Amino acid sequence: MQFALTDDQRAIRESVRAVLAKEAGLEQLRAAIASPDGWDAALWNALAVEMGYTGLMVPEAQGGTGFGAVEMALVLEELGARLAVIPFFETAVLAVQTILSAGTMAQRDALLPALADGSTKATVAITGSDGRPSPDGITAVLKRSGAGWQLTGEAGFVPFAHVADLLLVAARAPGSVGDEAISIVVLPAGTPGLTVERLPGLDPTRPFARLLFRDVTVEEDAILGAPNTAGQALERTLAIAAGLLAAEQTGGAAFCLSTTVEYAQQRVQFGRLIGSFQAVKHELADMMVAVEAARSAALYAAVAIDQGGDAVFEAGSVARSWCTDAYRMCAGEAIQLHGGIGFTWEHHAHLYFKRAWSSSTWFGDAAHHRERVARLIGLG
Amino acid sequence: MTLAFAPELESFRAEAAAWLEEQLSGPFKDLRGLHNHVDAIERRREWEERLGAARWSCIGWPQAFGGRDATIAEQVVFAEEYARAGAPARIGHIGIELAGPTLLAFGSEEQKQRFLPDIAGGRSIWCQGYSEPNAGSDLSNVRTKARRDGDRYLIDGQKIWTSMGSIADWCFVLCRTEAGSAGSKGLSFLLVDMHQPGVTVRPIRQITGESEFSEVFFDGAVAKACDLVGEEGQGWKVAMGLLGFERGVSTLAQQMHFRTELDELIATAKANGKAADPLIRQRLAQAHIGLKIMRYNALRMLANAESGQLSPEAYTYKLYWSTWHRDLGELAMDIIGPTAQTGVSADRFPPLTNMFLMSRADTIYAGTNQIQRNIIAERGLGLPREARGR
Repeated sequence: MQFALTDDQRAIRESVRAVLAKEAGLEQLRAAIASPDGWDAALWNALAVEMGYTGLMVPEAQGGTGFGAVEMALVLEELGARLAVIPFFETAVLAVQTILSAGTMAQRDALLPALADGSTKATVAITGSDGRPSPDGITAVLKRSGAGWQLTGEAGFVPFAHVADLLLVAARAPGSVGDEAISIVVLPAGTPGLTVERLPGLDPTRPFARLLFRDVTVEEDAILGAPNTAGQALERTLAIAAGLLAAEQTGGAAFCLSTTVEYAQQRVQFGRLIGSFQAVKHELADMMVAVEAARSAALYAAVAIDQGGDAVFEAGSVARSWCTDAYRMCAGEAIQLHGGIGFTWEHHAHLYFKRAWSSSTWFGDAAHHRERVARLIGLG
Repeated sequence: MTLAFAPELESFRAEAAAWLEEQLSGPFKDLRGLHNHVDAIERRREWEERLGAARWSCIGWPQAFGGRDATIAEQVVFAEEYARAGAPARIGHIGIELAGPTLLAFGSEEQKQRFLPDIAGGRSIWCQGYSEPNAGSDLSNVRTKARRDGDRYLIDGQKIWTSMGSIADWCFVLCRTEAGSAGSKGLSFLLVDMHQPGVTVRPIRQITGESEFSEVFFDGAVAKACDLVGEEGQGWKVAMGLLGFERGVSTLAQQMHFRTELDELIATAKANGKAADPLIRQRLAQAHIGLKIMRYNALRMLANAESGQLSPEAYTYKLYWSTWHRDLGELAMDIIGPTAQTGVSADRFPPLTNMFLMSRADTIYAGTNQIQRNIIAERGLGLPREARGR
């Protein structure tokens, strides 16, 4: 039984931390958010292109480094701590895992190398405009049209769609429900009939868009695997994504804790450090309990992903529900314990708070995942 | 990184499981499932001796003292099988988990020879003489005095909340040997024979109706000079060393027991229809999630302990499990409903109700939740220590 990090894993974490310390400080974050495209192309270049981290979970045969979910979780925790404004999760986890689980071998060979080397940015559209959890929330429709296929309708809450080179869209056959008859369609940016509408959002660090599909022509080979058969693959991808997003959430929560502790060790009121008041100490202690538990949960989800099998479903929901609550709590307390300045736009606290809330709804919220656990433990 | 045990441990697991099954379906079947520390005390002593004779009692200790030099992984496996078999709670737990490890760390060779084999053999039951009426969270405020008199110490004072006090053979006592000293200075750690005229035990009734703990009065009680552990005046260091011992192994066993409680609750909710209530579903799922994470926390702590790293997350463990268990007790009452409040008799309640009441102590003993938060803030996060009044 071995639940400790290897030297290689530690090295990966240290190297990402070093890159982010240089390229992803709070000033760069602000500049990226304020820029016209609202993302950090320089950081993408450093992480995805120069260091190839988008290929972490891509098999070596397809141009990646063939590592696993534990390594990815370590990287995501660091990115989450910095609110990195790049489609890293979307490309390296969502798109890569979707292609790995739903694509044919030939499609994997064709698509994965460009994701692995950072030359292609990708995102995945998994739900409709009302944001109901996937796959139930999928509203885009893929239907036969002559010898080919046609995509109509819309998808909502697609992160970084406005900068993605490749968009993977989950669509259903007309009249289907739930995970029945789902297809994953691969669309290059600029596909005729595809419109990307940026959605002004609460969280500037993960910009969402709405996609509109006006009779988009789809070739058969642009559908991952066989048409109408991707439901199970999508369910698995969602479980993996939920488990790994938990690592990103852990990083954000941990950063909220550490910066608030730093503040409590500097700010003086009533002739002493505010960190010496028991009410403040106890709040921070509760945050530490939440963060350490989040870290354990996210690590276990990553181990379950690496081991394969059905354990990933429970582990993903366990991690997702806990880490969602932990991030929201820690980000909220960070504002609280910074007092007035925590409420300013200028201070970083609100950015984490908004990321905590946006990431709490994106893959099914905490209650949704607790309900999944309730079914998995046999409550019917 | 893996979660599965190595194959060579499986034969150890099989051996442990077989032995336990043989005992608990045979000569000790009356003790199966007995999880309190108060019932059938004579039979419980026999069980401690049976474990000791077969070297299944303190398996992590050196063989010379009655153990098996078991690795941490083996200790975890045994603890899991012990819980899985429904084996009774250990009335010797204070000697096994506290006194014994203290002697291994701080005792002289001669003390180890004299005391450890009897603990490992199940022949002596221990209690912990720490808390006093004026020294609970503020443990260093102890007033029990020990005066050196030739080759012995004479002890006067009182301890309280002494678990196993009414059945114990020995007590380790934190007492003040330096006259006029205050706080954590001037304290000593003495081993005291409970069977002597100068020691009086008065059981205290708990809210559960039982009397697991007691007051212990020392009135000219005698401890031999050779039963001082460490130096005179070093008692605080010895006492704190004990409190810091890695508890990873017993935490995993504790979680198996929690799992049994939670599984029983799930079964009850399904049987009585509460499983269809959305709020109960959320709370049961949350209990399951909390327990899973408790296990992963413990595994992470153990991994760090094995590699000798101090893990600050270890400070969160007690606050986490005690709060979880208290919530479970409340959930149990809400699921079972009104019938949880009527039971065997006015002072002995059904098991889950008993668990609900006992859980109110979980957040108090071994450091209250408030003290735990102070410790986490100060030692885990480096925040300033509490101001003191004196």
